[in-house]
Amino acid sequence: MNCQDILDRICDYIDKDLDPAICKDIEDHIEDCEPCVAFINTIKKTVDLFKSAGQEPPDIPKPVSSNLMSFLKDKRDE
Amino acid sequence: MIARVKKGDYDAFERLVRKYEARIFHHCLKFLNNQDEAEDILQETFLQVYKSLDSFRGEAAFSTWLIKIATNNCLMKIRKKKKVDIVSIDKPIEIDGSQLPREIVDWSKNPFSQVSNDEIRAVLDQAISGLPEDKRVILVLKDVEGFSNIEIAEMLGISVAAVKSRLHRARLYVRDIISKYFDDTLEIIKTGSNR
Repeated sequence: MNCQDILDRICDYIDKDLDPAICKDIEDHIEDCEPCVAFINTIKKTVDLFKSAGQEPPDIPKPVSSNLMSFLKDKRDE
Repeated sequence: MIARVKKGDYDAFERLVRKYEARIFHHCLKFLNNQDEAEDILQETFLQVYKSLDSFRGEAAFSTWLIKIATNNCLMKIRKKKKVDIVSIDKPIEIDGSQLPREIVDWSKNPFSQVSNDEIRAVLDQAISGLPEDKRVILVLKDVEGFSNIEIAEMLGISVAAVKSRLHRARLYVRDIISKYFDDTLEIIKTGSNR
């Protein structure tokens, strides 16, 4: 297994969606390959950042919220 | 709360809207990259929920049902626009020989606590907005909303293999954008803290 093979499988690897034998090959490779370790770590961190962002959405702008409530009330009264 | 809304309690419906409006608005914004369009879809989605709540059987979480309605509405909007993507990341990823470039910086262990949540969010939004729509949709559904590949494939009417392929491209693209930002920013923070 070389770096290109790792790159091709990196998402399946971090999603734990790979055959255990292939995982073992990847882990053997990355023991001696710092660039692959850095790439895997930064892909994992990227995914984690998006997951965190999804758990804590920012506030909705007040005008958007008040427009929504007015819109729904209008539709209810129609 | 949902049972009360089903019985016609409008105050309960408003509380339900308050609970989910921010999540749905930002979900739509990520898909559409346009605040006015996201607001339209937000309104359309909650109107649809109000009208069709009787069809919600409680087999999935309410939030999942809601996100699916918003996603369908966003997809219809995107299909209507039929915009041509300017950015393409469909070309093969070329790696020199069998080795990744030696200069890959592992910024994952750097002190993120020193970067504000707003700043991180802005970088993520910038990264997502640069993706072609077909990949942006999948990244948002998978990594932001937490749907499985099978659920995404069903929602979009494509194969799981296609979901995985687009997700792979999308993640590599956003990693690259985020790397460029954090390589610079976190280095500045480290330098600054040593002074």
